[in-house]
Amino acid sequence: MNIALRIYILVFVLFLYAPTLLLPLFAFNDSSIIAFPLSGFTLEWFSALWQENGLQSAAVNSLIIATASSILATTLAMLASSASVRHDFPGKAPMMGIIMVPMFLPEIIIGVSLLTMLVLAGLPLSIYTIILGHTLICVPFCIAILRSSFQHLDPSMEEASLDLGETRATTFRRITLPLIVPGVVSSLLIAFTISLDEFVIAFFLSGTEPTLPVYIWSQLRFPKKTPIIMALGTVLLVVSVCLLSFSELVKRRNLRRLGLDHRPGV
Amino acid sequence: MIKLEKIQKYYGQYHALRDISCDMVEGEFFSLLGPSGSGKTTLLRTIAGFEHPDSGDVSIDGQSMAKVPPNKRPTNMVFQSYAIFPHMNVAENVAYGLRSKAVNKTDQLKLVRDTLAKVDLAGYEDRAAHAMSGGQRQRVALARALILKPKVLLLDEPLSALDRKLREEMQSELRRLQRNLGITFVLVTHDQEEALTMSDRVAVMFEGRIAQVDTPETLYRRPASKRVAEFFGSMNVLPAKLIDKSIHGQTVGIDGLGHIEVPENQFPEIALESNLCAGVRPESMTILEEDDNTAEKQTDGVITDVEYRGEMTYYDVRFEGTEQLVCVSMRNTTARRIKQVGDAVRIGWGRDSVVLLVDQ
Repeated sequence: MNIALRIYILVFVLFLYAPTLLLPLFAFNDSSIIAFPLSGFTLEWFSALWQENGLQSAAVNSLIIATASSILATTLAMLASSASVRHDFPGKAPMMGIIMVPMFLPEIIIGVSLLTMLVLAGLPLSIYTIILGHTLICVPFCIAILRSSFQHLDPSMEEASLDLGETRATTFRRITLPLIVPGVVSSLLIAFTISLDEFVIAFFLSGTEPTLPVYIWSQLRFPKKTPIIMALGTVLLVVSVCLLSFSELVKRRNLRRLGLDHRPGV
Repeated sequence: MIKLEKIQKYYGQYHALRDISCDMVEGEFFSLLGPSGSGKTTLLRTIAGFEHPDSGDVSIDGQSMAKVPPNKRPTNMVFQSYAIFPHMNVAENVAYGLRSKAVNKTDQLKLVRDTLAKVDLAGYEDRAAHAMSGGQRQRVALARALILKPKVLLLDEPLSALDRKLREEMQSELRRLQRNLGITFVLVTHDQEEALTMSDRVAVMFEGRIAQVDTPETLYRRPASKRVAEFFGSMNVLPAKLIDKSIHGQTVGIDGLGHIEVPENQFPEIALESNLCAGVRPESMTILEEDDNTAEKQTDGVITDVEYRGEMTYYDVRFEGTEQLVCVSMRNTTARRIKQVGDAVRIGWGRDSVVLLVDQ
């Protein structure tokens, strides 16, 4: 590899990850001003996290919303993908197209239009309305993942189960679900992460119950709170890395169980 | 046992099954044979309940299956891909269908053990599904279906994924299993040799229609149409004309062979003048030695081509006074000399060598 290419890679990786690494750096720094040089080590900001009232309820809101919308979106996506992979029906292509649209639509458009609709319908804004919005934007991503799971599932597996006397419901539980578990886990995780850090829609639909990103945004106006936000960012970073490793572990365990772990390209 | 009545199936514009009527007898080994696209797999899946006919009915043991879903039918299927559940071991795969039958644990274990022994997989209970070879997976698929004691076992090209040696082993093994169990087997295959060696009866299918249902021997010796004849081995097909009709039979003129009498019962049913032809298998003619006068009929000819294939030699012979070429095969016995191109020969044949065919 030549020198230029090495430098390019180095710059690329630095550009990608250096800003993220600043978060833990300043989270442990004992000055409230975000600037070099660092002045000393402290855990003060992490303990301050616990005393922030709004933060805790925002975090709980975010977790509830992310969990609910990831489960909802994955369930809906499972139904849509299995229908679109297994069956042919009139209007399938346009229908799938419409379901995928939110992936390409600017979130601000979705946020504004959902808000308008909810106001017109006279529904109060709450975490439920955010769950609604997040489910809408997560479904296309979940479908993209689950469609490939269903495409790789030999349809005669399900037919064999029916043939051996099981009903459609038990076939789904005993055969389909176990075989698409890696896809389901990925889908849950991607929806969870999308929902967790989504700001625009949450901002429009949150009413009096802010999510974590909305809360962080509101606190950035107070310079004194900045290191606390850094500490919060660090916690979120660690949680994300843990989630990612967990999903990779699940995937590998599954491949090993199915005897596919030596297959190249998986 | 299984009764198929006037089954029609369309996929959009495509007419997949055309007016299929057929009976399968209890305890027989029945094959559906045809090239790809002939509808044989669709028909098998219709019996299993995965496809629904647009009209017509499948009944098993006198009971209409029209409203019976696959999981309630007395049939079990061995899929072409075997469909072994990859997240279960061999024993779990084989015991899969017992769960809905509410069999208790100890009986289950014993049943699994017995069934695995039947397919020569004793002791493989704890093997992971993915650690099994192609032939072993096939046996697992068989055991998984047989453990439920179905009235009918449906097999969808079960041997096509195996190599030649294993395939031949499995052919005789499937045959043996079927005889021992006395269950009706319905096999889908595109391999005519496989259908002939394994089956009690074979239905030959082309383009969604059953062309002929018969025992392997009758299919080979007395095919009903040119197409069926050519599907099983090689067959000389010669143009033929109806010359005369009497109470005893018909006189038919065949290019190169002359006139022969055909008894009424051997005349194909829907033979129009225009599409009648005569078929002669290469092995039902023989090249006569100088002093051999045993043949019922004799025709002189000249050898135009010789193809030596080890145990057999195939000669192309042009009959005297015609342009008609006919292929004659001779077994290469120790005493028999291989003839050369240009040799003048006498071909011996008989009325029984000829079968009248409909060219459709």
